[in-house]
Amino acid sequence: MKIFERKNIIVQQPEIFEGEYVLDVEDLKIRYETDDAVVYAVNGIDLKLKRKQTLGLVGETGAGKTSTVLALLKLIPTPPGVVEAKKILVNGKDVMTLSDKELQHIRGNEIAMVFQDPMTSLDPVYTVGEQIAESYMIHDKLSKKEALEEAKKMLEIVGIPAERSTDFPYQFSGGMKQRVVIAIALACRPNILIADEPTTALDVTIQSQVLDLMKKLNEQYQTSTIMITHDLGIVAETCDEVAVMYAGQIVEKGTLEDVFENTKHPYTEGLFNSLPNMNDRNSKLNPIKGLIPDPTIVFAGCPFAERCRYAKEKCFKQKPTVKHLSESHQVKCLRYDEVDFKIERALK
Amino acid sequence: MSEVLLKVIDLKKYFKTPKGMLRAVDGVSFTIEKGKTLGIVGESGCGKSTTGRSILRLTEPTSGQVIFDGKDILKLSKKEMVAMRKEMQIIFQDPFSSLDPKMTVSQLIKEPLVIHKIYTNNEDIEKRIRELMELVGLTPRLYDSYPHELDGGRRQRIGIARALAVNPKFIVCDEPVSALDVSIQAQILNLLKELQEKLDLTYIFVTHDLSVVYYFADDIAVMYLGKLVEKAPAEELFANPKHPYTQALLSAIPSVDIRKKKERIILKGEITSPINLPDYCRFANRCSYCQQDCKNGDPKLVEISPNHFVACFHPLGKEGIL
Repeated sequence: MKIFERKNIIVQQPEIFEGEYVLDVEDLKIRYETDDAVVYAVNGIDLKLKRKQTLGLVGETGAGKTSTVLALLKLIPTPPGVVEAKKILVNGKDVMTLSDKELQHIRGNEIAMVFQDPMTSLDPVYTVGEQIAESYMIHDKLSKKEALEEAKKMLEIVGIPAERSTDFPYQFSGGMKQRVVIAIALACRPNILIADEPTTALDVTIQSQVLDLMKKLNEQYQTSTIMITHDLGIVAETCDEVAVMYAGQIVEKGTLEDVFENTKHPYTEGLFNSLPNMNDRNSKLNPIKGLIPDPTIVFAGCPFAERCRYAKEKCFKQKPTVKHLSESHQVKCLRYDEVDFKIERALK
Repeated sequence: MSEVLLKVIDLKKYFKTPKGMLRAVDGVSFTIEKGKTLGIVGESGCGKSTTGRSILRLTEPTSGQVIFDGKDILKLSKKEMVAMRKEMQIIFQDPFSSLDPKMTVSQLIKEPLVIHKIYTNNEDIEKRIRELMELVGLTPRLYDSYPHELDGGRRQRIGIARALAVNPKFIVCDEPVSALDVSIQAQILNLLKELQEKLDLTYIFVTHDLSVVYYFADDIAVMYLGKLVEKAPAEELFANPKHPYTQALLSAIPSVDIRKKKERIILKGEITSPINLPDYCRFANRCSYCQQDCKNGDPKLVEISPNHFVACFHPLGKEGIL
């Protein structure tokens, strides 16, 4: 595909991947071996991302969301990290077997990341234009002058006037900085975008501006997205599919309708019931009791059992496996099909 | 009509900066009845936290009156103010930085008891510490633990125990759950609500999270660049927002109801600097309903229906999000 033409150079999009899944991860395990203990961050997850789809990865602090996506870019520091998987395919290529040079080509070109905190992910001593231009110089082999011109175009696309490309990050507000980060991520037209809590540090009106922009750009660039968030409202508004993570496992996965309308896992239920009910402000919040488990513990049974209000004896002894409710909907719970098991969710 | 506990009149807090006067809080007035909660919402830099702190004189207000239980506390001497703080406490946002890392849980809870000389002997103090730990749901096992050993939810419980130690009537909760995960957030909100009923507390609840404030507050005040732009009972504000800014804020809450697809109002631009503010409506430049006369003066907060106040020349008549 021809993207743009300048002088005699024609810049080609890296060959378009034609497979059904741009991401295909099987049995991913990540642990961090520290001097004190072994931290089991991700414990065997399968993840597939279809083209042009947005997958929401939901869970609380320490669920393993960020470790999971860092593994996709092979960015887990080893040591102390140890990454194991049957496969981690990005556009059909297994990142586990790629050389550093090949990885560098994939990062930014095929898969890019927007980090949570725009205040710390920009370099304070370079102008924003230079920071965007860097991608063009590395990946598209443009000269600095050409790259800076492209950077200006990209700034306009994310809604920042081109003349501000010579400003430094401190001269921008939080929302504007996040736009710059998005511009950097999208500069080389990756077909996979990973957004790690992209709006958590922003105010609510700025959050809606940024989400709106991301949605527009996803359509324009036909990007597949993984959206990491703890906010179920953001998932509802931006995602096609949802995976709920708890203690390094995906406990429930399905389409937005599957997970939001036909909730099957007690943890997902607990997340919903922890939110204030916008239809009835007098209803009491029903938080999940207890705390997330220590990630150094290896569980004999279901990791959620000790906090689960439906847990029976077997839940503490037997590990749940992935059960398919339909083609799209799956849940990891031992009791999901028992007759006396019924999820109670207040409609919000 | 129940008893008014706190009355704030024309509260102002200005900061001198090299670029000019920063008007963080610029003439805010409201009242809170005993046992009720006033939620103050707004975006970063709108002056909501400064308002909370100025009321407790943690930052000295520039002018105005804060009448607490019939006394104007801005006229109190330093010594009188220390005594007054027994009545008025604050819970901070960040349970990670607001606790001294070198003190144990019991020492942290003990500190306010010692400062205010509530008990004279150590046995009474220890008894009270254990009582407070139970009240906020901290197991006795944690008596000698340090904050770094605890998660955010438990640390916030310590913050709450410290505030409650001196039996206050009134607590400013400054974003008490913003740093916590949703399931833990709900635990702390439930705790604060239980304590309010049990101890007849009055709260100011400062937050940027509108769904939390809807659940938690009786009345909600919306701030924009140092001014109150709207104040109404929670249900009324959500059902019938009159100020264009309130309406935009409400429409920006991401909803978990996937069947209810709502129209989002995307505001133009960002909150402007509170330095060198215009002398007309501060929201005018971002307002999609802005008209010619909006730039002719600064709208005053007026009561347009019982208990519903709004500062706008052209209040909206449209339905809210409920």
